[in-house]
Amino acid sequence: MIVDDLLLQPGAWLAPGADTGIVVSSRLRLARNLRDAAFPGWAGEEECEKIWQRLRPILQGLPELAPVVVFGMAELDDLERMILFERHLISNEQAHKGRGSGLVATKDESLSVMVNEEDHLRLQAMSPGLTLRAIWQRINALDHAIEQQVPYAFSVKLGYLTACPTNVGTGLRASTMLHLPGLVLMNELNPVLKGLTKIGLAVRGLWGEGTEATGNLFQISNQITLGDREENIVQHIEQIVLEVVEHERHARARLLERKELVLRDYVGRAYGVLTHAHLLSSKEALDLLSGLRLGIDLGLVPRVDRQAVDRLLLLTQPAHLQKLEAKSLKAKDRDRVRAELVRTQLT
Amino acid sequence: MHCEVCQENEATVHLTQIVDGHVKKINMCEACAAKSGLEMKGALSITDILLGLGGVKPAGRPEADRACPRCHMRRADFKKTGRLGCPDCYETFTAELAPMVQSMHHSSQHVGGIPVHEELRVQKTAEIAALQQALDKAVAGENFEEAARLRDRIATCRAQGSAAPEKGDV
Repeated sequence: MIVDDLLLQPGAWLAPGADTGIVVSSRLRLARNLRDAAFPGWAGEEECEKIWQRLRPILQGLPELAPVVVFGMAELDDLERMILFERHLISNEQAHKGRGSGLVATKDESLSVMVNEEDHLRLQAMSPGLTLRAIWQRINALDHAIEQQVPYAFSVKLGYLTACPTNVGTGLRASTMLHLPGLVLMNELNPVLKGLTKIGLAVRGLWGEGTEATGNLFQISNQITLGDREENIVQHIEQIVLEVVEHERHARARLLERKELVLRDYVGRAYGVLTHAHLLSSKEALDLLSGLRLGIDLGLVPRVDRQAVDRLLLLTQPAHLQKLEAKSLKAKDRDRVRAELVRTQLT
Repeated sequence: MHCEVCQENEATVHLTQIVDGHVKKINMCEACAAKSGLEMKGALSITDILLGLGGVKPAGRPEADRACPRCHMRRADFKKTGRLGCPDCYETFTAELAPMVQSMHHSSQHVGGIPVHEELRVQKTAEIAALQQALDKAVAGENFEEAARLRDRIATCRAQGSAAPEKGDV
């Protein structure tokens, strides 16, 4: 399988096919390291290459990852690496790596392992909707399968040892992507975000650390990885997310009740621009698609297929656009092609 | 007077220690004292001696120069990148890491999953901690016979739980 083949399927984090609504997707990751090797950032390229060559066949042979796809970072061009990044299969850090690092994943992208990113192994499970507890079972099974063949770095006191002490202990990051236009439009998001930060959760934008919340999409995840059991961390995030969902529902209800005209105008303008624009930047497209998505959720634009909108959230990203066009495009050309794609898909 | 540790030889080493205002005394033979590292000059607790942990760590290089013996990462490298070089670094940089980990996670003890190949070690570590508490209590009550018995059980647990030093015990 080559990267191009991924474009034929929806992607595991933004997958239409499930009624995802406010919770777009759930993601879990486990950070693991080999007991007998230096961490990737310190090991040097040769050592990393040895580790990749050692882990690659082990991971490739696991039934948990079947049917499997394998990508060595050195074998991919810049665009292909960006495709994997936009599909949340690799991090920005991994996208800039080469020899000695790679990705092993199930063909449907729902379960994957990044090799030699910050840690030797970064296991990931992704699924649409609020499914943290279900995907915990999958990632835990994968973890057990790997540990049968690879001795992990582990301390009785500190748990799984990681390159950065922020991940030590369980090495578990539980994350959900939420679509919160109601709270944004009602100017009620900040107190919610402050509350989340206060209880030790991190809130990030669509593309992770240091990114702004384009398209009213927010990722909420735990920061503390030591001192609690994995099941508790997962359950805690789920509970909190359900509360945020409730806040978003109330905000949407109040929007309809108090500002219906403003809301209809907002959604209508988003729909209008998306179906008639000839130039669309990546950010503008996401923001407008968010407005349209809200309108569909509230039954204000019944003719538009929500799945088509969700699909566009991914396909309008720069690398995906260029791959679809099968050529490298400058920003201005991308904006033209993006607008064309959106028009075709929505009309 | 017999040695309170081995209960066999004549006690020729007499140690007196004041803990929380209470005077504790222990009488040992030379062999047991040497095994406990008593020939070294350092502040030793009776519990340490009973456990044979009395060794004083050799004076190392100054903190700033400290490097991980396995991966050679220096303290300055870690400070610069915020990332460690290898699993052994957790042991090397214990002094810096312990408060850092505590403030990041509001905890210093893992309670989550354990890899299959580590289960025995984790179980033995928990047993040792419980025995250690009982040992401290026995020593405080000057019940040295019981203390010696507990010490032997701790030694057995240690041997069963692998002799490899624990990584990352900050």
